[in-house]
This record gives sequence, C-alpha cells and structure tokens, in this order.
Amino acid sequence: MSAQLAQFLLSGLTVGAIYALVALGFCIIYNASHVINFAQGEFVMIGGMAAASFLGAGLPLPLAALAAVALAALIGMALVKFAVAPARGASVVTLIIITIGAAILLRGLATVVWDKRIHALPAFSGDAPIAVAGATIAPQSLWVIGVTALIVCALWGFFNRTLTGKAILAVSHNRLAAQLVGISVQRVLLVSFALSAALGALAGILIGPITFTSWDVGVMLGLKGFAAAILGGMGSGPGAVVGGLTLGLLESLGAGYLSSAYKDAIAFIVMLAVLVLMPGGLLGGRATERV
Amino acid sequence: MSLLRAEGLSKDFGGVRAIEALDFEIRPRAVFSIIGPNGAGKTTLLNILTGIYRPSAGRLWLDERLLEARAPHEFAAAGIGRTFQNLQIFFNMSALENVMAGRHLHERCSVAAALLRAPRLARAERACRERAAELLAFVGLDAYAGAAADALPYGALKRLEIARALAAEPRLLLLDEPAAGLNPSEIRDIDRLIQAIAARGITVVLVEHNMKLVMGVSDRVLVLDYGRKLAEGDADAVRKDPRVIEAYLGAGGD
Amino acid sequence: MLALAAAVALAPLALANNYHYEIAILVGLNAIVCVGLNLLIGYAGQISLGHAGFFGIGAYGSAILAARYGWPPVLALAAAVAAAAALAYAVGRPILRLKGHYLAMATLGLGIIISIVVATEDRYTGGPDGMSVPPLALGGVTLAGERAWYWLVGALLVATVWLSLNLIDSPLGRALRALHGSEVAAGVAGIDSPRHKLLAFALSAGIAALAGALAAHYTGFITPGKVTFQHSIELVVMVVFGGMASTFGAVVGAAVLTALPQLLTVFKEYEMVVFGGVMMLTMIFMPRGLVPTLAALAARRERAP
Repeated sequence: MSAQLAQFLLSGLTVGAIYALVALGFCIIYNASHVINFAQGEFVMIGGMAAASFLGAGLPLPLAALAAVALAALIGMALVKFAVAPARGASVVTLIIITIGAAILLRGLATVVWDKRIHALPAFSGDAPIAVAGATIAPQSLWVIGVTALIVCALWGFFNRTLTGKAILAVSHNRLAAQLVGISVQRVLLVSFALSAALGALAGILIGPITFTSWDVGVMLGLKGFAAAILGGMGSGPGAVVGGLTLGLLESLGAGYLSSAYKDAIAFIVMLAVLVLMPGGLLGGRATERV
Repeated sequence: MSLLRAEGLSKDFGGVRAIEALDFEIRPRAVFSIIGPNGAGKTTLLNILTGIYRPSAGRLWLDERLLEARAPHEFAAAGIGRTFQNLQIFFNMSALENVMAGRHLHERCSVAAALLRAPRLARAERACRERAAELLAFVGLDAYAGAAADALPYGALKRLEIARALAAEPRLLLLDEPAAGLNPSEIRDIDRLIQAIAARGITVVLVEHNMKLVMGVSDRVLVLDYGRKLAEGDADAVRKDPRVIEAYLGAGGD
Repeated sequence: MLALAAAVALAPLALANNYHYEIAILVGLNAIVCVGLNLLIGYAGQISLGHAGFFGIGAYGSAILAARYGWPPVLALAAAVAAAAALAYAVGRPILRLKGHYLAMATLGLGIIISIVVATEDRYTGGPDGMSVPPLALGGVTLAGERAWYWLVGALLVATVWLSLNLIDSPLGRALRALHGSEVAAGVAGIDSPRHKLLAFALSAGIAALAGALAAHYTGFITPGKVTFQHSIELVVMVVFGGMASTFGAVVGAAVLTALPQLLTVFKEYEMVVFGGVMMLTMIFMPRGLVPTLAALAARRERAP
C-alpha cells in the first residue's frame, strides 16, 4: 500500500471516528424522540471548550475531561426540560427551529462564558508521531480510534444487555406500547439526551488536540455528523458507526485524490446522493406508510 | 361488459403476500362489495385500484382497455375515486374548500392565469364554489358549508370525504369502510347515500364489515380471505356459500 | 393588501434618515424572499433549509454576469433568476419525493454545497472576500440612492404579495394546500402532487434569487456570508415566526426579525443568546406564528364580549 494512501486512510479513520460518535448521538436522540437535534454539534463544542477551561483552571486532564462530559450531559438534560418536552407533538418545522434556536443559544452562551478565541487541548499522550505502514500517525489519532471503538462496544452492551438500554429501544419502536408496560418516556428522554450529549462532548475532547476548539466548531461537525447518520441509515446505531467511518474515509480520500478545496462539500454531496438514491442509508430499512 | 376487470393481481410486501392471483369483475352501475376478515387485503386492493400501491403482478382493465395509469392522480383522471378508512381530510381547509379541491380535475388553470388573476378564473371559481355547495347538500352537510373541516364531527367528516370524492365526477367510487365508527342512525344515512350515488349512475365499490349494510345495498360481492378470492357472485349466493360462512360470516350474518 | 401598499407608500414619512431607509430596504428584500418561501413552507407544507443558496445564485449570478461579462444589469438579473428557478426545477424533482426531516436535510445539503462552491470558485466569485457588483441601470439611467431603491423594492414587494395572494386563491393554490393537508388524498382527488410541489419550489427559488440579485446591486458588493446555512435558517425563522400559511405573516416576520438584530445590539455579547432564546420561545408558545396567533386572539376577544 502506498504511504500516501495509508496516510489518507488513517486520517480518514480518525475523523470518521469522530463523525461516528456525533452520528451516534443523533441516532440515540432520534430514536427516543423522533427529533433531529440540531444542537448536537454544540455538545462537541462544549466538550472541547469546557475541557480547555477546566484544564486552564488547573484540573488534571482526566478530571477535566470527566467534568466537561458531565457538564454536557447536564445541558443535554436541560435541553429536554426546556426545549423538547414543552414542544411535544409539534410539527417537524417547529421542532427543527427549536433545536436550531437551542444551538444558537448555546453558541451565544459559549461566547459569553468563554470567549471567541481558538483553544488548544494537549494531546493525551504526547505528540511524537508513530510510523504505521509507511505513514505517520499522531498518537492522538490512535486515542480517537481506540476510545471510539471502546465506546461503540460499551453502547452495544448497554442497549442489548441493560434494562435502561432496552427501555430506550422500546420507546423508539413504539412509544405508547412502551408507556403501557411501565416505561417512563420522560426518563428515557433524559437518559437519551444525556448520553448523546456525553458522546458529543467526548468527541470534542478527543479531537480537540488535533483540530483545536472554539465557540463555532460545532456547526460543521454537527452537520457532517448528520450526513454520516443519514449515510448509515437514520436511526440505526450500527449505521451511525458505519456511516461515520465511511464518510471520514470518503472525505479524506476525496480531498487527497480529487480536490482539497471541496473537502467540506464531500459530506453534503454524499448526503444528497444518499437521500435521493437510497434514503434508508446503507443499513436502514424502507418504511411503508399505512393508509 | 365490465367497467373494471382485475386479472391475476398480486401484491407482496417484503416477505408478506398481501394479495394473490386475484381475478374479479366490476360491472357498471351496480354496487359491488368487497368483504373479508381484517388482514384479508381489502384496503391493499383499494390502494392498488387507486395507484397508491403498484401491484407486484397482474393487470387492470378499464372499459376493456388496459389501464396504464401509474400515479394516483392518473387513476383519478381515469375516473376512479375513493374515500379512506382512516380519514384523509384536508384539515387545513374549510369543508367547502375540501370539496372544491376535489374538483381539481375539472379545473383548467395555468400558472400565469393563477398568478395574474385572469377574469376567466373568477367565473370558474364561482362555478366551482356552487358545485361544491351542491355536493355538500347532496351528502347532507349543507349546514357545515362555511365551517372549518377540523370543527366537524366524525360522522360528518366521513360524508365530507364522500362529497370530495364525488366532486371529481368519478365513474367508479371506492368507499373504504364508510360505516366504521358510526351509530345505527348514521349507518342508515350512509345506506341511503350509497343508493342515491348509485342512482346517479356511479358504480360504487364498497369495502365494509357491517354485513347488514353490505347485504342490503349490494348487487354483487367479492369475498377475500388471506389475500385470495374466496367467492364472487350475487349477494344472495355469496351469503349462502358454505365456504364463506365457515371462513367469515360465522353464525349467520348480522 | 391595500393596507400593505398604503404602508409602503406612507412609511417614508416615518423614515428620518438614510440608515432608516437602508433598514427598510433590507426588510423589503427579506420580505420578498419570505413571501416566496411561505408558499413553499406554509402553503405547500414542504420545507427548505437551503434557500440562502437560491438567494446566492441570484446575487452571484447577476453579479458575475454584469461585472465579469459585461451584461446589462437588468438582463443579468433576469438570467440569474431564471438560473435559480431552473436549478430548483432540476434538483427539486428527486428531492421533493422526500418528506419531513429527510427533505429538510436534502435542502440543507443543497444550500451548503452552493455556499461552498461560491466560496471556493474565487476566479469567478472573488472567493471569501467577495466581489463588487455594478449598480442597477437600465438604458443609461442608473438607480442610485436610498430613496430610489426604496421605491423599487417597495413596489416589487407589493407586486410579489399580489402575485402570491392570487396564486393562493386559485385552483393551483388549493391544490398546494390540499397536498399539504394530505398528499395521498390529494393524489386520489386528481392532484399531481409532485408537479405542484415542484412549482412551489421553483417559484420560491426564483423569488429568492430576485431578492438576492437586487440585494447585490443595491449594496454594490456581495460576499459568501449571505449564502450560508445561517442565512437559510434566518429566512425559515422569519416565515415561521410571522405565521405559516399567511402571506402578511411572512412580511411581518421579515420586518420583525430584520429589525430585531438592530435592536439586539443593545444586548451586545448576549445577542446570540437572546436570538436563540426568542426562536425557542416563539416556537414553543406561538407555533402557528405571530400573525395567526394574534388573529385567533382577536377573534376570541370579539366572540366573548
């Protein structure tokens, strides 16, 4: 394998892992509430910025990361309380605007609480590049890929083996039936949003050392995480992971071999193509409307 | 001479075969009913006859000519209208506007004429409004003419759908469980309405569970069971058919 | 309708200086886009999170043809509007098959792709720094000055509202509202839903492009900042805030939300927080929008003496 190809593959997997985490966040919230959370990208931003500021306050990295993730989870739950719950039953357009409004609000708060500067997070285990298959990879990339893989396994276990996880799945399949067997939809919503926010924040902390963080870093990441979720199949957990990794690879290879100027457009071209040609995505099914 | 003839109709959904090898014939100016237990494929069949579903196999003949329509509005243009089991009323409009919307096929309106408010259009609009009001009166809803559709009671909504379907001047009208959820007095009204519609020369196809209504108003009946034809014939013959009784009617039709 | 024309004609009495005129022109341009977008979102029941893209095609299309190829500005404007409508027609066919969130995402993707192209093809567009645009001129007469532009934009706004109201009251308008009410039932009633959706989409795209081209010639400059996702969102919020399925609501929404940021500068760094908060609160408590909610309140006040 050529060194250049290996380089593109590695960087594609790295950014793909981040997209996968963001996409998973979308997927979990969509399944629990049928809401597309346009504020998902802001959780990524909060993760990175909060970690940077906790680090600046003197906390060691692991604690700063934990604190940032916890903060994001709390904000996720606040989102349920103040945005999603009051608007239950609203139309698609209304819900979209509410979550976009929340995203703008969070970005505004970020500029007030923190600032508009770019912040760097220190790499977890140093900057010395490691040689792999003729290419060099920053140790942080290995952290990104490794932690993501761990998270995916943990989530699989959570959804398939724990009662809370199964309750979330039940609500996503049939909300009324889930309520009738005693599942608290409110609790499921809170857990789902908290979990998605935590995932987003983690992604922000992981990628912070590589791409830096700032108040508006969530916009593009959120949108591309979307594109990844749609590529994999909206509402499918495995789809989110597959979609994220695939999108990362496509972006990296496309930027490397086709056009680096249009790198950002790749995600959206892919998304449009998927929506037009196979809206269910790679792993999603086709739904039939009952009349 | 048949109005609508189905030949070998089948419909699969993934692994489920909803309808299999269905042949039947609808004669003009007769009331034709389709009965069968839940899940027998009745609504699926109606969806095929109005272009909402594409059949997996089989053909339809309208006036002995192959029906080439693809999209629902093409089936409507061919003269097939329908009402829905779970009401599909335009709740964002008034009752009158619902019926006016049903007149779409008979309105010629270019984009330019619409944007520029051509005077011809004003006259056409008035005619459309009058026709819609007539239809509302025909189904007994003249009291609700100016009301918003979402203010109407359930029974009125069912009749509103019928008025809307009639607005297109169909030759074949498919009614999907028009009596569902109605009390006996309202059902008698529906019975009379169906007869009035048939008297206007429109061929009515009725999908119903209410056996009294079906047997009282139908000329011919098609019985479906698990997507296959169980029996087809005159109402009296079908009600006495032992296979039908065993599969569906149980201890004497109500 | 007459009230609007009167408002447009009389407003200059309240406008004290050039800055006020500028705001009024901005309001007018946004209102034009919103009236068109309202046809799509409020009446036809679809959604577009990418309309800034069509605005941008109008703006950049007219700018490039006029500045780089020397076309007469009015011709450039017409061509740009036609191009936007044509693109909407071409892309709309496959996209409008989608519903709800999927349609929203598809239009979002389209808008972003347009914005990336505009920012990247700097040979034509001047890239992230933008490009200058010649003023609007017809037969040697150049349109210049706040007042002249005010009358042009005001007249075009009144014209757009008139056309929109005509369309809504016509059988075509009924067909659009029907497919919003129930696409299945509309089809069965003989309405060619795909064709009508496409009509609303292309029409609203052309109207957005018109406003974009006018904006470009008015300010004399255009940057990719006008072709962003954020701008698309602002447009949708204006329509929904003012009132869906209400042409005047669209105008009111545009007016309020164009003027709002000017007021919000009072809040300085809390501007975004307040804007986001306003968006959320109005959607939660006034989901039908300002004008319909006020109209309903007025109706209830009338009934209960």
